[in-house]
Amino acid sequence: MTNLVEVRNLKIEATTDAGRVVEIIKGVSLDIADGEIIALIGESGSGKTTVALSLMGHARPGCRITGGEINVNGKNMAALSEKERAKLRGTDIAYVPQSAAASFNPSSTIMEQVIEVTRIHKLMPPEQARKRAVELFRALSLPDPEGIGARYPHQVSGGQLQRLSAAMALIGDPKLVIFDEPTTALDVTTQIDVLKAFKSVMRAGGIAGVYVSHDLAVVAQIADRIVVLKGGEVQETGTTAQILSAAQHPYTRELLAAFEPKRRQAQTEASTNQLLRIDNVTAGYGAVRDDGLPLIRAVDSVSLLVEKGRNLGVIGESGCGKSTLARVIAGIHPAAAGDIVFDGKDLQRAARNRSQDQLREMQIVFQYADTALNPAKPVEDIIARPLAFYHRLDRQARSKRVDELLDMVRLPRALRYRHPSELSGGQKQRVNFARALAANPKLIICDEITSALDTVVASAVIDLLKELQRELGLSYIFISHDLSVVEAICDEIMVMYNGERVEQITPDKVKAATHPYSKLLFSSVPKLDPTWLDGLVRDPELVSQYGHR
Amino acid sequence: MTMARAVASRRSFLGHSYNLVGVIASLIILAWTLIAIFAPYIIPHSIGDIVDDDYFGPMRQGLWLGSDYLGRDMLSRVLMGARYTVGISLAAVAISCFSGVVLGMIAAVTGGWLDTCLSRFLDAMNSIPSKLFGLVVVAAVGSSIPVLILTLAVIYIPGAYRFARALAVNINTMDFMTVARVRGESTIYLIGSEILPNIIRPVLADFGLRFVFIVLLLSGLSFLGLGLQPPLADWGALVRENIGGLPFAAPAVIVPSLAIASLTISVNLLIDNLPKKIRDRDA
Amino acid sequence: MKSGVLNLVLKRLAITVVTLLIVLFAVFFATSMLPGDTASILLGQAATPEAVAGLREAMHLNDPAILRFLRWLFGLLHGDLGTSYANEMPVAQLIGGRFVNTMELAGITTLLSVPLALTLGITAAMLRGSIYDRTVTILSIGIISVPEFMVATLAVLVFAVYLRWLPALSSVNEAHSLTDLVRIYAMPVITLTFVISAQMIRMTRAAVIETLSTPYVEMALLKGASRSRMVLKHALPNALGPIVNAVALSLSYLVGGVIIVETIFNYPGIAKLMVDAVATRDLPLIQSCAMIFCLGYLLLITAADIIAIISNPRLR
Repeated sequence: MTNLVEVRNLKIEATTDAGRVVEIIKGVSLDIADGEIIALIGESGSGKTTVALSLMGHARPGCRITGGEINVNGKNMAALSEKERAKLRGTDIAYVPQSAAASFNPSSTIMEQVIEVTRIHKLMPPEQARKRAVELFRALSLPDPEGIGARYPHQVSGGQLQRLSAAMALIGDPKLVIFDEPTTALDVTTQIDVLKAFKSVMRAGGIAGVYVSHDLAVVAQIADRIVVLKGGEVQETGTTAQILSAAQHPYTRELLAAFEPKRRQAQTEASTNQLLRIDNVTAGYGAVRDDGLPLIRAVDSVSLLVEKGRNLGVIGESGCGKSTLARVIAGIHPAAAGDIVFDGKDLQRAARNRSQDQLREMQIVFQYADTALNPAKPVEDIIARPLAFYHRLDRQARSKRVDELLDMVRLPRALRYRHPSELSGGQKQRVNFARALAANPKLIICDEITSALDTVVASAVIDLLKELQRELGLSYIFISHDLSVVEAICDEIMVMYNGERVEQITPDKVKAATHPYSKLLFSSVPKLDPTWLDGLVRDPELVSQYGHR
Repeated sequence: MTMARAVASRRSFLGHSYNLVGVIASLIILAWTLIAIFAPYIIPHSIGDIVDDDYFGPMRQGLWLGSDYLGRDMLSRVLMGARYTVGISLAAVAISCFSGVVLGMIAAVTGGWLDTCLSRFLDAMNSIPSKLFGLVVVAAVGSSIPVLILTLAVIYIPGAYRFARALAVNINTMDFMTVARVRGESTIYLIGSEILPNIIRPVLADFGLRFVFIVLLLSGLSFLGLGLQPPLADWGALVRENIGGLPFAAPAVIVPSLAIASLTISVNLLIDNLPKKIRDRDA
Repeated sequence: MKSGVLNLVLKRLAITVVTLLIVLFAVFFATSMLPGDTASILLGQAATPEAVAGLREAMHLNDPAILRFLRWLFGLLHGDLGTSYANEMPVAQLIGGRFVNTMELAGITTLLSVPLALTLGITAAMLRGSIYDRTVTILSIGIISVPEFMVATLAVLVFAVYLRWLPALSSVNEAHSLTDLVRIYAMPVITLTFVISAQMIRMTRAAVIETLSTPYVEMALLKGASRSRMVLKHALPNALGPIVNAVALSLSYLVGGVIIVETIFNYPGIAKLMVDAVATRDLPLIQSCAMIFCLGYLLLITAADIIAIISNPRLR
């Protein structure tokens, strides 16, 4: 055998809640050489995590490996008994989970869990294991490598936990490490540190890896080869350079195309019509202090302006206050101070004090269509409610309008009878959007509406939004952590950090950002270029000042 | 694939939704319900008539379930007992679940001090053990049928409230609730149209469980002589009056016990064997 | 971090005090709803209106309910439980010895049922889906679905009527030897243990199964941990809060169970005392017994919540 891993014609079945058996992996084959890192890339439901876990002989509850061979280091994981597999887990093959925060046992110290592999497999005495762990912490450039192990998982940040789980994987000197979307839940500025740490320890140890991700740009930085999965089948395999420059399969091309969004035609005639202006708005949580402001300020004296027919993007990392800002504007979370002027009139801070027309003209669309659509109602009822509530349309007029709205968001009319659970993620988000359109709004606040969608689906939704804007003369406030999405649709971009507005620029000036945080943020967005991470030079002072780590 | 799966699960929900245990359990429940309704027309003897010379008579032709401590027909008494046990419990569970669920949804949607006060008060009521509560009330106001129904209902309102509130609070955090709120919808719409359809299934399962609790408590009270008073007799009272037959394992003491067990176990098994989608839908 | 835990515990204790006040008021209020006049009940049918009025005055029955409640509460704080209507003995004296009897019964039952139920619950969760698990589950559903008196009558039928191992009635005073003692306690304890364990097994099993499906247990599996290590090291410490809660909630079933069991086996405890007091409408006695039960129940629940707070690793 020449390769470390040889998977041949792997088949995995899943039993649905209804008891039906579906084949979710349909004959996947792949090879991994010693020390080689391959990436498994694909959208949600493509089976990439399932394939990765099968390399450890593990199938999640409800799934079953039904066919094929999984040869890892000369042993067929599919044929071994559970006891024999347990012997190889942690020693030959190790796993770095998607959410380290959920994968650390909250009631035990980090060190205990990092060295647990050495206890289970009796690899070395605990003293030696602890020393080895501290070395790994240092190699993964974790702060306070001597002391961090004594802490409990909830006392450590997400980016650090992700690196600690890599230490947990590496302590048993595995030949193969499986990374299951390890940076997906992290902010971009944190993601870079984690990626760099992973890359350097893997290179140093000559360890082979499987990197599961949906993000081509991230994968380009770390993988030698890329395997593109869709619908439980391998679509294309190639070296990273091949895939990036000369992709063969249409699906891979679509993935790549989604990465280069078409910039919106810049609005030439700068309209002078103000639609929304907010001045020095402050909002937050916790006890109200003497000056009438809350103890914790999520939004701190932010001002912004949206003109008719133009779009404002708000970008920032988790916890910067951008979602709170959206809720403040919509009146869901009333501001503690500041003014909101909408279409020439002062708006009350709380939604319940605003007039019905004011509520109608400003709509908000949320990130998770799953929770934004009532699962107990069919699509037509969901879309028809604003029609009845705001426009008092009768049954027949409503029904006609629902059809029109479905046409507008490019959904087949027959979908109106379905329940949200019977729709795909992209379809749900379109219904979510159609409901906002039903109100005939002037402004739609989009709170991370593409973040939960796969890349290709998200870019289609963005295209739809642009089209609707042309037809209906809407304005959007587009809140996102994803620069490429904001760049694609917005005329102005506002950068938020720690509740404050740090800078506002136009998309074509992103490269020329002046504020140090904007510079750090924009430079941290991974590029499709495989040399990007290695060539990236960051000002360490900036990173320590603004990085959440 | 997500779509295909959803459609498939829907089909099976309409088709073979119950397994064998569930079907048997629902048949037993149905049978007792019919008996409760039609008992006066199907009993072979009047429940007060002494038809046997012997007391605690064995099962035999004509007296299919033997006779009781006075020589009355046990079959007739058990069938009529179903009327009281099922009827009183059903009335009580309907009142308690309705009040509890409505209050729970209002508390969850409104929040603030109303929620705090209501929750604190009902939690306090919940920390009075149910049997004790029953004892104290019966000591104070006696045990007529309306008092029993009301007492049983009041005892189980806090539980129903807590259950419904917990479900409704989960729903309340969903974005569609926020969307409806900023649309300007009223509390009544939020409760009736947005929350209720999402919690109705677990609430119905809870209705069943609470029915079991009430049957057990009613039987327990009657067994202590504090429930239904003679000449009326529910199943608990039947066990009590015939407890003298225990040393000779008379059917008069065993049959009413079995009647209670058959009803409560059936309801529990039915709930346990409901399709998962119905039972666990709390999101 | 430590002060956070202390704060939560103090907050929980404050809630208990508020709850206790509400409960005491409810008990007092319910018992003073008695139709008919306490004074006339006490003096009997032949009493003159003057005598009744005099007694009402003497018993402060004309005062507003809240005043009488406060007076009763004040008496409680001084250990004055009032005087029994039925035999004019101080309630404290009537309760004294019987309280010890009931606590003995509850204590022995707890010592037996908690280890039994935890073992069965945890092992059933570990062997989820096995025949063992299914048997335990079905048996516990069966037991929680039937009234306590049925478990008791079944126990009498089996152990006293068919097997003739044990006497059907308890009389603590007749205990002369260890064997006597075992024979006396056996039936009530067996019945109560069955009743309480069933609930505890179900809840423990559910708590362990829930933690077994967390990502950190899957992580342990992928580290090569054995099944017992996954359960003992990763699932159990995190299921501790829910399990303690299950234990406390199930022990609170003791209150209901004890009422039935003491009556059925004629066991001289406070529950039997209370049931008898209900029959004679002896209000001071009912109030005091009810208060003792509520207090016991509240203490259990509070203790469980505090243990859950302390054992929560995120608050460490």
